[in-house]
Amino acid sequence: MLDQLEQIDRPDNSLDLKYVRKVFFVALNSGKTLMENGAETYRVEDTMFRIATHYGISNVQVFVTTTVIILSMNDYGLSQQVRIDVRNNNLEKVVNINDMSRRIVAGLSIHDAIYELKKINDSKIFPFWLMVLFGGVAGMMFMMMFKGSVSDLPVTFIAASMGVFITEWIQRYTSIKFFTEVLAAFMIALIAGIYVKLGFGTNVDLIIIAAVMPLVPGVPITNALREIIRGHFLAGTMKGVEAGLTAVAIGAGVGIVFVLGG
Amino acid sequence: MSNIILQFIFSFFASFSFGILFNIPRKHLIASGVTGACAWLTYYILFNALEIDPLIANFAGAIMLTSFSIFFTKKFHAPMIVFVTCGLIPLVPGGKAYEAVRNIVESDYSKALDAGFQAALISFSIAMGIILTEMFYEIFRNISKRGRDNTHAS
Repeated sequence: MLDQLEQIDRPDNSLDLKYVRKVFFVALNSGKTLMENGAETYRVEDTMFRIATHYGISNVQVFVTTTVIILSMNDYGLSQQVRIDVRNNNLEKVVNINDMSRRIVAGLSIHDAIYELKKINDSKIFPFWLMVLFGGVAGMMFMMMFKGSVSDLPVTFIAASMGVFITEWIQRYTSIKFFTEVLAAFMIALIAGIYVKLGFGTNVDLIIIAAVMPLVPGVPITNALREIIRGHFLAGTMKGVEAGLTAVAIGAGVGIVFVLGG
Repeated sequence: MSNIILQFIFSFFASFSFGILFNIPRKHLIASGVTGACAWLTYYILFNALEIDPLIANFAGAIMLTSFSIFFTKKFHAPMIVFVTCGLIPLVPGGKAYEAVRNIVESDYSKALDAGFQAALISFSIAMGIILTEMFYEIFRNISKRGRDNTHAS
């Protein structure tokens, strides 16, 4: 890549513009879907570039950060940017898009690719109650991994499910993640604190650690570091800031309960 | 020994549950559970039985995590992030981060700084373990590809 000079706006009408626009649509939207659902930046760039070049378009430039995607097909004077406003973790879509790009390389036609893309975008996620239930189960498992007492298990389950319920439910109605996370951590610490104050529980610290685990941004922090080390400094720092903000929110929520309850 | 089996089961279901929270496809749930459990067991045995420094133990756990992820990636043709995301969960230093918050509230800032710094270093060593393994795999793959003169990327 380095020894090659950039070709700027070289006129090329070897391909039908209608066809090029379709390829543009597929590449841009698969990038957007990947980015909105928690894929790594370098993988998004790689997938978009591979789709576009596979359909015979050369001189493609892709620039992806956590909040914006820019795709240019310089030979045809096409360039667009899209904002990424919602970011969540829905890895099923990431897997499906990855699958689609694999099949495009193996020879999927552009019409089938558009159809496939629409199908992936409408795919369903696990039902809400199941996510809340397994949030609670995850909390219980952490409790056992940290060798907590069995008498604390029920409250860990309730507190952890509550945390997942609040973050997943309120996030549907607001775009400010910070306060839902503060509220979730606050509720978890409150439930644990009350349970122990009433004399049922034994170790309030362990209950809170285990129940708060589904909210802890361990994965985003690691991904941010991975992006930075791979050379995607902008995306890495953005993700790092996002993860740091979540950590501060959880700390604040738990801290409020300690300050109030002593 | 029974302790280790119990830890395997608990960490398996912890990763499995996170697979549902992250909405990964059903057919990959078991594999990501196994990835998480093996990473946690590596850490657990090194840290508790052999009493190795937590940074090294987490680093080794991350190497194990990435190796298993790469194995499942090859086997199921799924992106690596699916297995890394779920398998990483047991290693996350939530306890240390909590300790930092607790000490800040109790105005014991030097202890808070200590715990916070440890949490940061542990996450850094986990990230290092993942990246190093990924990099070695990439180099290995590119060398063997050049040998066979194969132009297909995975």
